Amino acid sequence: MPPGASGAARVYMDANATTPLLPQVVEAMRPFWTESFGNASSIHLDGQRARTAVDQAREILAELFHCHEAEVVFNSGGTEGDNTALFGLLRPGDHLITTSIEHSAVLQAARRVGGGGGVGVTYVDPEPSGLIHPEAIRAALRPETRLISVMLANNETGVLQPVEAIGKIAAEAGAFFHIDAVQAAGKIPLDVRRIGCHLLSISAHKMHGPKGVGAMFVRRGTPLEPLLVGGSHERRRRAGTENVPGIVGLGKAAEVAMTSLEDGTWDRVAALRNRLETGLVTMSGTGLNGAGSDGKPVTRVANTTNIWFDHVEGEALVIALDLKGVAVSGGSACHSGATEPSHVLLAMGLDKTRARASLRFSLLKTASEADVDHVLRVTPEAVEKLRAVSPVAAGTLG
Amino acid sequence: MPERDTIAVAMSGGVDSSTAAAMLAQAGEPVVGLTLQLWDQTRLAGKHGIPDAPKAGRCCSLDDVYDARRVARQLGIPYYVVNQEARFEQDVVRPFVAEYLAGRTPVPCSLCNNHLKFDQLLQTARSIGASRIATGHYAINEYDAERGRWILKRPADTAKDQTYFLFGLTQAQLAHTLFPLGRLTKPEVREEARRHGLALAEKPDSQEICFIPGGNYKQFLTAYLEEQGETMPETAGELVTSTGEVLGRHEGISNFTVGQRKGLKVASPTPLYVLQIDPASHRVTVGADEDLATSTLRANRVNWISIAELTEPMRVKVKIRHRHEPAWATLEPGVRTDEVVATFDEAQRAVTPGQSSVFYDGDEVVGGGWIL
Repeated sequence: MPPGASGAARVYMDANATTPLLPQVVEAMRPFWTESFGNASSIHLDGQRARTAVDQAREILAELFHCHEAEVVFNSGGTEGDNTALFGLLRPGDHLITTSIEHSAVLQAARRVGGGGGVGVTYVDPEPSGLIHPEAIRAALRPETRLISVMLANNETGVLQPVEAIGKIAAEAGAFFHIDAVQAAGKIPLDVRRIGCHLLSISAHKMHGPKGVGAMFVRRGTPLEPLLVGGSHERRRRAGTENVPGIVGLGKAAEVAMTSLEDGTWDRVAALRNRLETGLVTMSGTGLNGAGSDGKPVTRVANTTNIWFDHVEGEALVIALDLKGVAVSGGSACHSGATEPSHVLLAMGLDKTRARASLRFSLLKTASEADVDHVLRVTPEAVEKLRAVSPVAAGTLG
Repeated sequence: MPERDTIAVAMSGGVDSSTAAAMLAQAGEPVVGLTLQLWDQTRLAGKHGIPDAPKAGRCCSLDDVYDARRVARQLGIPYYVVNQEARFEQDVVRPFVAEYLAGRTPVPCSLCNNHLKFDQLLQTARSIGASRIATGHYAINEYDAERGRWILKRPADTAKDQTYFLFGLTQAQLAHTLFPLGRLTKPEVREEARRHGLALAEKPDSQEICFIPGGNYKQFLTAYLEEQGETMPETAGELVTSTGEVLGRHEGISNFTVGQRKGLKVASPTPLYVLQIDPASHRVTVGADEDLATSTLRANRVNWISIAELTEPMRVKVKIRHRHEPAWATLEPGVRTDEVVATFDEAQRAVTPGQSSVFYDGDEVVGGGWIL
């Protein structure tokens, strides 16, 4: 077996793909598989025990979002939240404003309502830094604009979008505002009142909760049609028997995440990320994606950096680093598991070659100095090796 | 930890490459599985009669990637899918379309092997720290110290011989390439697959060209050009005999290949075959079966394997298409440097421009080139 592939001493720097469950999350979920297995809709005591657990989780989520408990809807995760926002609000004749750097759960839903659904869609492009300028959103407004959907933190670059300014524009225009906060939840404070959004989607597994569960903030009075119909679960906003262990896990993960927001965890992660980033861009032919015109990074979540390595095929570098025990990602996985150049980086104006030559490093909040040391040790070596065999490099440098 | 000499195995999800990977892994070699994603099978599906759902057993279908992944899991080896769709389109699909539109009959598998597969595999392998690659091709590759060259030979299973598609391999490529199946027959390979407990041991072989589901070239050309916003060039013209007599008209030269009998749409007391396609005048010449026979062949873009170059006439057997029994000929250098001329002992039927010709000395591949 090649070195590094055996699972020993692995460094995981792909937290934006998913995160491991924290031990306390596993513990919190444990009783709800076998002992407290009841259906939260049942009248009997077994059911009531499940109902109580779901309600407690709902209270924690309300605290995370800064909203009322009745405004929290549990679902299956970020994709469902994004789909529900678009499919649940938009009707033929409406207009949607979103951005070209959204997650595909928004982009594909936009394509569907825009295609056969008779909805006009405007995709606002970011600035080269990865930031969406609020005025670009304002410029896209039409009288029939019904929904604005913008992500809070970008999954590829970590760049934080100016959602408060966009929220004001939405309010002035009388449009609904949905925020995909999947990559922001747990990493920065969320306050739906201050942002002024009507809908906000998060996913548990990006913040050390279980996969397949998420939550959505739905502001009272928002005329959101449910995506799934059936029983009267979640106040008729999302049918289907509650995923009780999942919801409990999400609640626990959110509780821990709120503590982490206040105990300096993310300052520590930011320092690690900055050391990693600085170390990597000192190599020749590298640079940061997501920098402003002054070359400095724009406001980002603390754990993410996205770096280009010229004369390198990002896909091969991901494999090479994996075999050295380092998990990172480049671009987005296509149908077969192969990599496509990131649509986010392309929208920021990178050419295809540089987009393909870019890698995302996203640190877990448990990342250590040793992790960063290891990555800074093996990456330059892997990049050198790749450049040595690259025909592009041979032609340009040799 | 010192790095051992890793082998990157090209895994297509078929029996052959899976078994090759299993044999190397069992021999204790450090192995990494790679699948080159070359063509999105859903891309033109449903257009112009192309089947909606690709059948199983086709390269690059999701089922095949799943199969390859499962084999890798079973063998406990790392496995990755590498996206080469853009390169494949540029280096294989585009030239294939251009050749067809120019009235020739291309061999995309040789194009792919010559210009993409081995280059990309070796490059990806090196960049991840593997110095050698292995594939499930039926061929033998051995170093001959006396001649100082890597020699490509016909495999044990002559019915599965794939050397015809491998004539373009350079010495540098052969030096880093393993063909673990070269000394096995297909039934032995299936037996080996069963012995390793591979679930795909009974999976049928894929025969068709990977990016043309259903094997209908014309459907593919039409759908591809439409997708590209291009129109099929107007190549309708006359159907003539070799003496110049006009028998009728045809709808476009890309409907024809040398030796073709069906679809000529002219009445004749004796069967007629396509003898020649002239891309300039769009004229298609037809004639009797015996008129198809040619005694010489010119080929260019020649790659030599068992010899460094051809300096004097050489007796070889020449294979002019995949299912052709190699025929005796004398090979001589051509007018240009990368050209050769083969003079057959007995005239051969339907020597087809665009196909490859491969020269054999016994079991050894001397070299090969593209028929002019």
